[in-house]
Amino acid sequence: MLMYVVRRLLQAVPVVIGTTFLIYFMVFSMPGDPILAMFGDKTPSPALYDQLAAQYHLDQPFLVQYGLYMKDLFTGNLGTTFSGESVGAVLSRTFPVTLKLASMAIAIEFCVAVVLGLFAGLRKGKFFDNLTLVIGLIMLSVPIFVLCFLAQYFIAIKWGWASPTVGADTSFSNMLLPAIVLAASLFTTSMRLMRGTVIDTRSRDFVRTAYAKGLPGRRVIPVHVLRNSLIPVVTNSAANFGVLMVGATVTEGIFNVPGVGNTLYQAIIRGEGPTVVSFVTVMVLAYVAINILVDLLYAVLDPRIRYA
Amino acid sequence: MPKPEHYVAPFDEDAVEVDKIKLDEKPSNLWRDAWRSLRRRPLFYISLAAVAVIVLMALFPTLFTDVAPNDDCHLEFSNAGATEGHPMGFTKRGCDVYARVVWGARTSLAVGLLATLISGVVGIIMGSLAGFYGGWVDSVLSRIGDIFFSIPYILAAVVVMTTLSEYRSVWTLAFAIGGFAWASLARILRSEILRVKSGDFVMASTATGRTKFSTLISHVLPNSITPVIVYLTLSLGGAIVAEATLSFLGVGLGSEVMSWGNDISAAQTSIRTAPMTLIWPSIFLTTTVLAFITLGELVRDALDPKARARG
Repeated sequence: MLMYVVRRLLQAVPVVIGTTFLIYFMVFSMPGDPILAMFGDKTPSPALYDQLAAQYHLDQPFLVQYGLYMKDLFTGNLGTTFSGESVGAVLSRTFPVTLKLASMAIAIEFCVAVVLGLFAGLRKGKFFDNLTLVIGLIMLSVPIFVLCFLAQYFIAIKWGWASPTVGADTSFSNMLLPAIVLAASLFTTSMRLMRGTVIDTRSRDFVRTAYAKGLPGRRVIPVHVLRNSLIPVVTNSAANFGVLMVGATVTEGIFNVPGVGNTLYQAIIRGEGPTVVSFVTVMVLAYVAINILVDLLYAVLDPRIRYA
Repeated sequence: MPKPEHYVAPFDEDAVEVDKIKLDEKPSNLWRDAWRSLRRRPLFYISLAAVAVIVLMALFPTLFTDVAPNDDCHLEFSNAGATEGHPMGFTKRGCDVYARVVWGARTSLAVGLLATLISGVVGIIMGSLAGFYGGWVDSVLSRIGDIFFSIPYILAAVVVMTTLSEYRSVWTLAFAIGGFAWASLARILRSEILRVKSGDFVMASTATGRTKFSTLISHVLPNSITPVIVYLTLSLGGAIVAEATLSFLGVGLGSEVMSWGNDISAAQTSIRTAPMTLIWPSIFLTTTVLAFITLGELVRDALDPKARARG
């Protein structure tokens, strides 16, 4: 297991270097002045310009710039936002909110996907199966911002079941609507995976043995079929994480949830290039870290992975 | 010991259906089978019709509306409801919603198709070289693929479009999306080629004097293209969503370009007073994506019947 952990961490090194380099390269090797370009049609004040030039070490050759940038990144110096607050401080303030929203969304998504996928798999080809197929297809097609607005208009504004924006009050009940919207945008892949695995598991020998022993369906389905179908759905949540990050950016922006995604959303909308770059870098690094974590979790759950 | 009795069918008995060989039918192959199974699905015709309407809208918007989407705006109609000749009402700036929605199809489709094309070309090149040549080529290309795979492509496109804010066009947007969306395709194609390249026909091809590259192009690639086609059909919907999301975030095409994402973004401030201004472009966007994704899933079912069972 230790060997596997070391190998997986070593594999991540080129990915971390590559992704940060790619982002840095995209921003700082474009034609023209990178700092002016990041501001779009606005012009930064000379003080801010000098500060950014110093922060990104623009007087050095490109590779040295990148090296110094990496050093800053790993010593926790992520630069400052437009309002002068350090990115690290903004992160520590907003991250708990996003973590809460994401956990709520994943919990809802997981439960709905497992239950719907289980029943669809058990009733393969029947009405319920086809119904979930259609619902899944629609959910897969609705862009997340459309889903947000539909929920905001119908559920919050028209029927008044929830507040249309979250604001400072990040209690569970207040964040339920954005969490449900986020979950709805994620659940199709998990549900399909669950359905497929249930169909596969149900025809396995150990399930037939359980039935042959005389166990009733109400015991075989939860204990033998359900438990053995869960692993792929758990690991799929890692693949979902990329969708979740983009989804959280849009959802937090539209519902005004004071999280990391909202900060990025506001920065994008206002064309605040340096903040966008800092936050995207942090998100990509988080994505890489989560993927490693899930791979390790998978290795714990399934010993075959370790020796592959 | 008595011999076991064998049943011998009398000559005049008709052969059972499965035993009959239809000599007059064309030999079956993957594509003909796929087409036959597609033809039986009513959903196929519905989504094909929807796609046809969208394509017509993109190519000839004047067939659907005579109203100019951008120049024929009257502020006195700001957020007004539907009237004669304006079935979907007016936007905040007093432009005809229906005309804008019709003209918006062009942007979505152009960016979606171009982005898919770009990610397809890059993905096919990277995946086939990595899978077929193996060794250090595979190591290098697969590591590059890992890097691109680790960046959610919408976030990457946000960074590109923020940096390129002065050069916004259909092309830069398509490159920003397609240039980062190819990694999964390369992975799929690589594993498919690894499976195909051990076949005898590959060895036969090199044995008869073809170069490796020529074998790759004329034998290996055509035999591993099925999952690529399935993936590309499905990702067309994703590319359209990406364009709309970027436009919605204000880093897509400029606000003067008709785009469903732009229109939804502009309508969000009046969601309480004029929700339909927001809902109409949403319906068109969702229907378009739904049509393309349904088409992609039907093509996948037809080309790989086991896929649906696997989930």
